[in-house]
Amino acid sequence: MTMAPLVVKGKVLVGNSGGEFGVRGWLTALNASDGKIAWRAYHTGPDADVLIGPNFHPFYPQDRGKDLGVTSWPADAWKIGGGTMWGWISYDPEQNLIFYGTANPGPWNPDQRPGDNKWTCGIFARDVDTGEARWFYQFTPHDLHDYDSINEQILMDMPVNGQTRKVLVRPERNGYFYVMDRTNGQVLSANPFAYITSSKGVDLGTGKLIENEEKKPEVGKVVREICPASPGAKDWQPSAFSPRTGLVYIPHQNLCQDAEGLEANYIAGTPYVGMNVRMYAGPGGNRGEFLAWDPVKNQKVWAISENFPVWSGALVTAGDVVFYGTMDGWFKALDAKSGTLLWQFKCGSGIIGQPVSYRGPDGKQYIAILAGVGGWSGAIVAGGLDPRDQTGALGFVGAMGDLPDYTTRGGMLYVFALP
Amino acid sequence: MCSRFLSHKKAQKIFLGLCVLSLTSCADRKPVTTTAAAQTITRPVGVLRVCADPNNLPFSNERLEGFENKIAELLAQDLGERVEYTWWAQRRGFFRNTLKAGMCDVVIGVPSGFEMALTTKPYYRSTYVFLSRKDHHVDVKSFDDPVLRKLRIGVQIIGDDQSNAPPAHALTRRNIVDNVKGFTLYGDYSQNNPPARIVDAVEKGDIDLAIVWGPLAGYFAKESSVPMEVVPVSPQIDQPFLPFVFDISMGVRRGDQELRDQLDQFLEKRRPEIEQILKDYRVPAVEGGSGV
Repeated sequence: MTMAPLVVKGKVLVGNSGGEFGVRGWLTALNASDGKIAWRAYHTGPDADVLIGPNFHPFYPQDRGKDLGVTSWPADAWKIGGGTMWGWISYDPEQNLIFYGTANPGPWNPDQRPGDNKWTCGIFARDVDTGEARWFYQFTPHDLHDYDSINEQILMDMPVNGQTRKVLVRPERNGYFYVMDRTNGQVLSANPFAYITSSKGVDLGTGKLIENEEKKPEVGKVVREICPASPGAKDWQPSAFSPRTGLVYIPHQNLCQDAEGLEANYIAGTPYVGMNVRMYAGPGGNRGEFLAWDPVKNQKVWAISENFPVWSGALVTAGDVVFYGTMDGWFKALDAKSGTLLWQFKCGSGIIGQPVSYRGPDGKQYIAILAGVGGWSGAIVAGGLDPRDQTGALGFVGAMGDLPDYTTRGGMLYVFALP
Repeated sequence: MCSRFLSHKKAQKIFLGLCVLSLTSCADRKPVTTTAAAQTITRPVGVLRVCADPNNLPFSNERLEGFENKIAELLAQDLGERVEYTWWAQRRGFFRNTLKAGMCDVVIGVPSGFEMALTTKPYYRSTYVFLSRKDHHVDVKSFDDPVLRKLRIGVQIIGDDQSNAPPAHALTRRNIVDNVKGFTLYGDYSQNNPPARIVDAVEKGDIDLAIVWGPLAGYFAKESSVPMEVVPVSPQIDQPFLPFVFDISMGVRRGDQELRDQLDQFLEKRRPEIEQILKDYRVPAVEGGSGV
């Protein structure tokens, strides 16, 4: 388990991780009082295990049918099919629903798991008391690129075509900014917020992602310029929304990858030929971006180019200041309306943590940030990886070879008082 | 021999590792310093530091029952040293955390030309095999045998994002999907020799056929309570590039040419004994394997 649990109505919600290791994903609710399992919903397998019953009403026909968590896989492949849950859960008290995304299918290769591989790479709405599924939508059916859909969703009521709708918005791994009706799972819009070659758009009539067949990776075949790369246009780093500015602030990366070549690999005494994945900056040459997006107009308002992927979360305050950190260790404050840099501070290590705002006992407002580079993107520094092996950290080292020139490992909590 | 396989440059690298003989005279052993990542590593005198999996027969275990343990012992004896192990489950991160981190100086088995290490000349060549119970008369010799569409087949799944062990790919290419059962190569590490569960499944009759790496199949077939059939797969390479035959070398840290050269000398000098060990463990040999 690598996620932070969420407590809702006396239930502690937590999921598992490790889709690459042949696990079957689930989300579990524990009673906060005694730690007993109140319910567990699997993300592959028969409806009874997925907690799909008579109240399950997905918006699109491809998500309706009996035991799709079995039939959208080859025989038994779902038993080790992945679809874990290690990201973010949102709660809507009005509907008594939780919303969360599911991770990529694994450890099979795409060719070994023909079918949509339900219920991986999608989003569930569930009743928090019973775990019963209400609707589901699949962002990336039959995932080819490790577009693990555990990103956060932000719940808001906002005008869509002149009407106020209860929506959730999600800057998704596959590069689209989804606006969805959170009462029924309908996709209202899905516009690209990043450079995408792996797909050609989302069909709003059918709800289906239109895959680009030319970017399908295969062993022994070189496929260049798959964008976004496997970490997606945005990974798990959470965005922030300000009702004052009406903008969603999205920390994300601008990376593409080549899947190529042949490399002898070795696990538990067994040799095989692996695929080299090399990641590099997408168009523009910057590997990251901090983006302000207007969800109503469905467009970019401003963006700050960053040299490295922006792997920290975003925080926006009622003072119209937005904070984020960079992997080379700068903690930055911007004017939330214009994106103008107001202040920055160089921390002792790169930042992949989440900024926090709180009121201290003295009545002052404080902003805290944990610096300490690491994770998938920062493995080259935290793990001391050799930059000459560009395929290290599943190809991320190739894109981060210069990070050790900019920062060092460490773990420091910085707290700043606002004047 | 090289060109029999493929002329592709990378293919040669994978199959044959370092074809060049690099024999230098064996000087008395002095502490040798190499640089790995951001640190300097000094090899101690009188100690052969080996990193190995403590729970992965037939290769190695902490009771020193694997063939790599036996070969390490032979090597230490040859160098006049004693073996000191660092135990680490051999999965993702193994080479980074052990050899590259300076916790040891040698890994006894790696694919020739492996990028995470400097490799010796290959000392054996083995193949993936079809493993079945003798009394089931499965009699499969090729991936193109139509009976593969009907059998219950087990393959090992690695989950390395885009790639898996080659049998899984070979079956998928032939559209053999529904009758294939996956066994994670990682398995449950609390059990003995976790990758061997696929052999247990053949023994119990849960599957008709397992397609697995030869050394694993050969050893556990010998240990099995029911007679087993071990047949090398065919073809050896599924075109355009899916090899089932691999050369195996020893690996040292990149930059440690001196130790690598010593190991190459050892492999040549003690070749008959090494081959006997491999034979004792029923490692299926492919002709041309000890490319010395």
